[in-house]
Amino acid sequence: MNTTSILDIKNLHAGVAGKAILKGISLTIGPGEVHAVMGPNGSGKSTLAAVLAGREGYDITAGEARYLGQDLLELDPEERARAGLFLAFQYPVEIPGVNSTYFLKSALNEQRKHRGLPELDAIEFLKLVKEKIKLLDLNEDLLKRAVNVGFSGGEKKRNEIFQMAVLDPTLAVLDETDSGLDIDALRVVSEGVNKLKAPGKAQLVITHYQRLLNHIVPDYVHVLMEGRIVRSGGKELALELEERGYDWISRELQLAA
Amino acid sequence: MSTALSTIEEFVNTEYKYGFVSDIESDTFPPGLNEDVVRAISAKKQEPEFLCEWRLRAYRHWLTMTEPKWPKAYYPPIDYQGISYYAAPKPKAQLASLDEVDPELRRTFEKLGISLDEQKRLAGVAVDAVMDSVSVATTFQKDLEKHGVIFCSFSEAVRKHPELVEKYLGSVVPLTDNYFAALNSAVFSDGSFCYVPKGVRCPMELSTYFRINAKNTGQFERTLIIAEEGAYVSYLEGCTAPMRDENQLHAAVVELVALDNAEIKYSTVQNWYPGDAHGRGGIYNFVTKRGVCKGRRSKISWTQVETGSAITWKYPSCILLGEDSVGEFYSVALTNHYQQADTGTKMIHVGKNTRSTIVSKGISAGHGQNSYRGLVAIRKSATGARNFSQCDSLLIGQQCGAHTFPYIEVKNTSAQIEHEATTSKIGEDQIFYCNQRGISKQDAVNMIVNGFCKEVFKELPMEFAVEAQKLLGVSLEGSVG
Ligand SMILES: Nc1ncnc2c1ncn2[C@@H]1O[C@H](COP(=O)(O)OP(=O)(O)O)[C@@H](O)[C@H]1O
Ligand SMILES: [Mg+2]
Repeated sequence: MNTTSILDIKNLHAGVAGKAILKGISLTIGPGEVHAVMGPNGSGKSTLAAVLAGREGYDITAGEARYLGQDLLELDPEERARAGLFLAFQYPVEIPGVNSTYFLKSALNEQRKHRGLPELDAIEFLKLVKEKIKLLDLNEDLLKRAVNVGFSGGEKKRNEIFQMAVLDPTLAVLDETDSGLDIDALRVVSEGVNKLKAPGKAQLVITHYQRLLNHIVPDYVHVLMEGRIVRSGGKELALELEERGYDWISRELQLAA
Repeated sequence: MSTALSTIEEFVNTEYKYGFVSDIESDTFPPGLNEDVVRAISAKKQEPEFLCEWRLRAYRHWLTMTEPKWPKAYYPPIDYQGISYYAAPKPKAQLASLDEVDPELRRTFEKLGISLDEQKRLAGVAVDAVMDSVSVATTFQKDLEKHGVIFCSFSEAVRKHPELVEKYLGSVVPLTDNYFAALNSAVFSDGSFCYVPKGVRCPMELSTYFRINAKNTGQFERTLIIAEEGAYVSYLEGCTAPMRDENQLHAAVVELVALDNAEIKYSTVQNWYPGDAHGRGGIYNFVTKRGVCKGRRSKISWTQVETGSAITWKYPSCILLGEDSVGEFYSVALTNHYQQADTGTKMIHVGKNTRSTIVSKGISAGHGQNSYRGLVAIRKSATGARNFSQCDSLLIGQQCGAHTFPYIEVKNTSAQIEHEATTSKIGEDQIFYCNQRGISKQDAVNMIVNGFCKEVFKELPMEFAVEAQKLLGVSLEGSVG
C-alpha cells in the first residue's frame, strides 16, 4: 500500500438491502492528482461517492478504503468531512429555514475546531465568502436564503463548488457536477474546480459525459460498469469513450468473457 | 432502516433534566374538594368576602359542568377528589433580601438554572418566583414602584389592591367560561398580578418562574395583567416541574386587559414534566389564557414555546374590541415520546379594522401528537378586519402525527383572511447533507428545528429566546454518537 496516497480503495464491495452494487473497486489517488470516474447511468458512480462519504444504508461486504492512511470506513460521515473529504452532491439537498451563510459558517468552524484551528468570526468568514464567491460567479444574495431553497438547478451545483472552495477539502469527490449545467455555467464551475487544484490535494470527478473533462483535465480516467472498474487510462481514454460510446467497452468485455 | 432515521427517532430519548423533588415541607390540605375546602383556601389567604363569594359561585357552577371531550387528546379520567387543593411552603417572616430565602429553595432554582442571584444580575429582570403556588421571593419591587408599576403575587394584590382585583378578576375569563377555568376560579392558590398605569412603559421585562413541587398537588395559578392607556409591558413566564409518576393537573387562568394604545407582550416557555419515554406520568396542562384589547389601537401579543407536559390544551386568545387593535399569536409546540398537544388560538374580531396574526409551528417526534386548533372569528361589526394565519408542522420520525384544525367564522364580508399551512419532515438526506459538511447529527437536527422556529423565536425577548433555543436543544437531545 502506498502510504503517501490520499485515497486507497481495495477490492471494495458494497450494496443496498442485499443487492450488490459495487463489485470490487480498487483505486489509488495520490496527492495533486485528478481522477475521473466515468460510466453509464446505473453503473454505481453515486454509490461509490456515497460509500466514500459514509452515507448510511449501504452494506460494505468486502474490501477496504484508506484515507490519508486511516481506515475511512470506520469514520462517521461528519468525521470524514472534518478530515477533509468533501462530496459535491449530484442532487444537493434543500434545508428550509437554515440560512446558507449560517450553515456554511457552522460547517467551516466545525471543521476548523476539529483541526485545532481557531473559529472564524462573522467578519473573517464574510471576507472569505466574498473572496470565494467570485470564483463561482454566484449571486451573493443566494447566501441570504435557506440552504439550496429556491435555487435553480445550476445555482445548486455552483453552490456545491462554492462550498468546496470555502471548506478547502483535501479530497473532493464531485458527483455529476456537470449535469444540469449549460455550457457557460459548466465553464465557470470547471474553472472554479481547477483553481482549487493544489499539490497536497486531490479530486475525484464523477461524470457520465466526457464534456466536463474538456474543462477539468484529469490525470487518470477510470471506466465504471456494473460496479467494476473495467478500464483505466489517461485522459485520452475519455476521448475514446466520447467517440465510441460505452457500448464499445461492453462489447469488448463480452468478447473477452 | 439504520441509523439516520433511528437517530432522529432516538433524539428524543433524553431524560428529563429537571426531574427532582425538593424537600421543603409543605403545608398541604388533604385531598378532596367541597365548599368547605374552597372556604378554607380563601380563609388561609385571609381574603375579603367578595373573593370568597366569587370562589363559591365558581365552585357551584363547576359542579354543573362536565369535562370537555373535544380536544384531540386521550387520558384516563381525572379524580378531582384525589387532588389536594392547597400546598404552601411553611410561612416565613417577610424577607428583606434574597439571602433570607430557604437555601433548599435556592438550590432548587439553581438546579433549574434560574438562580435568583443570576436573575438579579441579569440586566433589568424582575423575578417573582412562584413555588407551590405561593410566591416566595420578589425582586426589583422598589424600582417598579417608582414607576407606579404594581407587580406582585396575586395574594398580595388581593391584600393591597382589592379594588383592582375586584374590577378585573374574571372580566376576561368569566368564572363560567369553561370547566377548567371554573375549577381554577374556585380553588386558585396564587399567581401573579401586574398593573401598569397610564402612559408608563414598564422599565424591565417582568418574569415569573412557576414550578410544581409538592406531590399530588394540583396547580391552579391565576394571573392578571392590566395595561392602562398608553402603557406597555412585556411579561415572561417560564416553567419546569419535577419528575413524578402520577399525572398532575395544571389548570391556570391568565387574563390580560389592554386599554387605549396599550400593549401587552406575554411570552411563555413551558417545560412541565412531559412523562417518561413510555408515556407514564407527566403534567396535564389545561390552561385558559385570554386577553382583551379593550382600547383603540391596543395590542396583545402571545408568544409561546411549549416543550413540556404530557397533555397540553392551550389556546391563548385575543378579543379585539377596540378599533384598530391588534392580536398576535406566535407558537412553537414540540411533542415527543407520547406527548399530546392540542394548542392554538382564537382571534375574535369585534372592532373595526382589527388585525391579527397567527404563526404556529408544531414539531412532532417519537409518538408525539401535535394539533393546531385555531379560530378566527370576524363579527358583524368588524369592518375591515384582517387576519393572516400560518401553520407549519415538522415531523421527525415515522410514528408521530401533526393535525391542523383551522376554524373560520366570517360575519362581515369586508374581512380579509389568509391561511397558509405546510407539513415537512426532517429527512435522512438533510441530515446526511449536514454531516457531509462536518456538522453532527444532533447539531443538524437542532439547526433544522431552530430554523423552523425562527419566526417565533424572534418574537421572544432576547434572553428568553436563548433559553427557548436551549430548551428545544435539550428536548431534542438524543443518544447520538
Ligand atoms: N438506495 C438504493 N436502493 C436500491 N438500489 C439502489 C440504491 N442506490 C442505488 N441503487 C441501484 O444501484 C445501481 C447504481 O446506482 P448509482 O450508484 O446511483 O448509479 P449511477 O450514479 O452510476 O447512475 C442502480 O441500479 C441503482 O438503481
Ligand atoms: Mg449518479
